Amino acid sequence: MSSPARKIALVGNPNCGKTTLFNALTGLRQKVGNYPGVTVEKKVGEMRSLHGEKIELLDLPGTYSLSARSDDERVARDVLLGDLKGTDRPDAVLCVVDASNLERNLYLVLQVIDLKLPVIVALNMVDVLEEKGQRIDPDALSQQLGGTPVIPCQANQEIGIVDIKGALSRTPHRSHRRWNAGEDVERILEKSAEVLIARGVPNAAAHALTIISDRAMRDRTHDHCIDHSLLDELEPIINGEAADSDLPIESRIVAARYETIGQISAASVRGGDAPMELSFSDKLDATLIHPIKGWLIFIAVMVTMFYSMFTLASVPMDWIDAGFSKLGEWAGASLGEGDLKDLIVNGIIGGVGGVVIFLPQILILFFFIGVLESSGYMARAAFIMDRLMSKVGLNGKSFIPLLSSYACAIPGIMGTRTIEDDKDRLVTILVAPLMSCTARLPVYVILIGVMTPNADAATRTSLMFGLYALGTLGAFFFAWIFKRAFSKNAASPFLIELPPYRMPGWKLVFQQLLDRGLVFLKRAGTIILGLSILIWAASTYPKPADPDTPREIALEQSYMGQAGKIIEPVVEPLGYDWKIGSAIVWSFAAREVFNSAIGIIYKVGEEAEEEELKTALANAKHPDGRPIFSFWVCAGLLVFYVFAQQCIATFAVVKRETASWKWPIFQVVYMTTFAYFAAMAVYQIGSRFFG
Amino acid sequence: MSDSPVSLSEIMPGGSASVVAMDPSIAGMQRLQEMGLLPGTAVKVVRRAPLGDPIELEVRGYKLSIRKAEAAGVTVRPT
Repeated sequence: MSSPARKIALVGNPNCGKTTLFNALTGLRQKVGNYPGVTVEKKVGEMRSLHGEKIELLDLPGTYSLSARSDDERVARDVLLGDLKGTDRPDAVLCVVDASNLERNLYLVLQVIDLKLPVIVALNMVDVLEEKGQRIDPDALSQQLGGTPVIPCQANQEIGIVDIKGALSRTPHRSHRRWNAGEDVERILEKSAEVLIARGVPNAAAHALTIISDRAMRDRTHDHCIDHSLLDELEPIINGEAADSDLPIESRIVAARYETIGQISAASVRGGDAPMELSFSDKLDATLIHPIKGWLIFIAVMVTMFYSMFTLASVPMDWIDAGFSKLGEWAGASLGEGDLKDLIVNGIIGGVGGVVIFLPQILILFFFIGVLESSGYMARAAFIMDRLMSKVGLNGKSFIPLLSSYACAIPGIMGTRTIEDDKDRLVTILVAPLMSCTARLPVYVILIGVMTPNADAATRTSLMFGLYALGTLGAFFFAWIFKRAFSKNAASPFLIELPPYRMPGWKLVFQQLLDRGLVFLKRAGTIILGLSILIWAASTYPKPADPDTPREIALEQSYMGQAGKIIEPVVEPLGYDWKIGSAIVWSFAAREVFNSAIGIIYKVGEEAEEEELKTALANAKHPDGRPIFSFWVCAGLLVFYVFAQQCIATFAVVKRETASWKWPIFQVVYMTTFAYFAAMAVYQIGSRFFG
Repeated sequence: MSDSPVSLSEIMPGGSASVVAMDPSIAGMQRLQEMGLLPGTAVKVVRRAPLGDPIELEVRGYKLSIRKAEAAGVTVRPT
C-alpha cells in the first residue's frame, strides 16, 4: 500500500516562468478543472519524487501578493491557509522566483513563509540576471531565508529540473517569520492568534497575520470562512494596541517585509549594479510605445489578428462545415427513417457542428493571445489602450477581448481571462456579444439587399459599416452603464507590470492552445448538445398526422411554430408577421439560422441561393398586398440583429466563464429587450414619419 | 528642480524621485506598496502612454504602469 500522495502547491508572481516549470515537472500528466463556485482554473499535475513516490503538484494562479484583490488571488490565499473546501492544505510550497526581479518576488516568498508552510524556492531565470552582470548566491539566499532550500534553474531550458525534483523529494524544511514590524504589531499578532485559538480556528497564527495584514479582508468586502463576529472581536485588539503611527498597520507590515528583503538581497546578490546602457526591452519600447510609431505597430498587430480570424479561419471552417455535412449525409443514409435519424442528423450533428465550426477562430485568437502575452506585448497593448477604455470605466485589458468579438464573441469571452479585476471582466463578458460577429454577416447581407434593392455597392458597404458602428457604440454604452451599476467606487485601480520582452515560449503557447480548444469542445459542447436537442424537438413535435405534410406546414404546427403564432402580438409593433417572428425564435440558436429558417418559411428551401432568397423576400406580401419586408421592417430587423443575444454557444460559454446561470440569462434578457425596443422605435418612427 | 515634495503624477518622463508618503485612502495603494513602492523607495518615470495616461514607472529594477489618478496619491521628492 502506498501512502497518499504528498501535495505541493506551486506559487509565483505573474511572468516568473511558473507555468513553464509546472509543465517541465509534470509533463502532460495534468488535469484542468475549476475551483467550486469561482471561475478560477484548477490545474493539478502529477510527478514522481526521486524515490518514485507520487507527488501531486497544484499550480496556483500567479499572484504578486496573498492579500487578495481578485478571485485568482483569493483562491491562492485560501488554498495556502487550508480554507478552500475540496482542496487540502499543501504539505509544502514550491515558490518560483524570477531572479532578475528578486525583491518583488521575495515579497511573496516571505508571505508564504509567514503562513508557516515549508517552502522550497526555485530560483528561475538565473541566466537573465547573469546578462545583467549579477549573480545570486543560492547558499547565502537560503541562509537568509532561514535554511529554506534555494534551487537555481532555467525552466524554459529544463535546466535545474532534476535538482528541484530532488529538493521536493526531501523532507520539507519549515522556516519562520523573517521580519519584525515593532513591538506593538507583535503584540497584536500574538493576542489575535490567542483569540483565534480560543475559537478553534486552525493555523491560528497564519490566519491572524492574514487578517491583520489584509485591509480588504478586515473591511469585509470579501467573503471568507472567518466570520464577522470574530472580526469584531479582533478590531479592538488591532486598534487598541497599535502605536500611534501615520501609517496603517498593513502598510507597516509591508514596509517591514521590504526592509528584510533589502537585507536579504544585499547579502545574497553578487556583482555590481545593473549596467547603465539601455536594455533590449527599453530600446524596443522606445519604438513600440512611441506616440506615433507605437500606434502604427499596434494597429498593424490588431489588423493582422483580426484579418487572420476572418480569412485564415474561413478555410478550416469550410472543412469542418463540409465534414459535418458529409457526416450528416452518411448518418442520414445509414440510419432508418424516423425520429432517431432526424434527431441525430438535424439535432445533434447539425447543432454540434454549428458550434465546432467556431474552433478555428478560437484557436487562432488564442494563438495570438498566447504569443502577445508570452512575448510581453500584451501588457503594452493594455498600456496604449487604457486611456480610451477608461472613458467607459474599463481598462486597457478589455480591448483585445472586445476586438476579437468582432470575429466571434466566444473566443472574445474566453479571452477575458487575462483581465484580473472581476468586475471589469464581467462587464467585458456582458458587452462582448454586442460587437457584430461573423454570424451576423449573412443576415446583414440578405436584409440590406432586400432593403435597398437599387442601391450601389458603396451605399451597402456604408450601411454595413453603420451596423458595426452601432453595435460597438452599444457595447461601450452598456459597459459604461454596467460599470457604474456594479462598482460603486468609480474606476478600479489600474496597475500592470510591463515585463521585459521575451521570445514567446512556443511549447507553452501550443499547450495552452490545446487546453483552450479541448475546454471549449468539452464544456460548451455538453450544454450546446442539450440545447440543440431541445430546439430540434420543439421544431419537430408534435408531428403532423399525415407524414406527407410539407416541411413548412409541419413547422408551422410544431411547438416552435405555435410559439411563433403566440408571439405574433409581441412582434406586431415591430412590423413583423408570425413568420418573421418564428424565424427570430429559431435564430436564438444561432443568428445565421435566420437565413435558412426564413428560406424554409418562404418556401425557397433551406439551402436557397442568396439571390433567390432576396427575390422571395422582396416579393412577399401581406394579404392586403403591402410588402412584408418594407424598408422600415428591414431596418428594424437589422437593428434587432445588431443588439439581440441570439447564440446558444455564447450562452454556454458565458455560463461557463461566470460559473453561474444568472449572467448568461441576464445577458440574453438585457440585450434582447433592448434590441426589441430599438427595433420597435426604428420601425414605428421610420414608417410613420419617413413613410 | 526644487526638492520640495510634489505628487508623482507631476514628475516629467525621464525624471527620478524618492517616495515620501502615500495616501492610504486611494484604492490600490496597499497593492502598490506590496509591489515595492514604499516611502523611501527610488522611482523613475519612464514615459507616458501615447494618450498621456497611464504612466510607466521603474521601481526596484522593473517596469510598472499606473494611472495618473493613482500616481497623484503618491507624494515624492524629486532627485
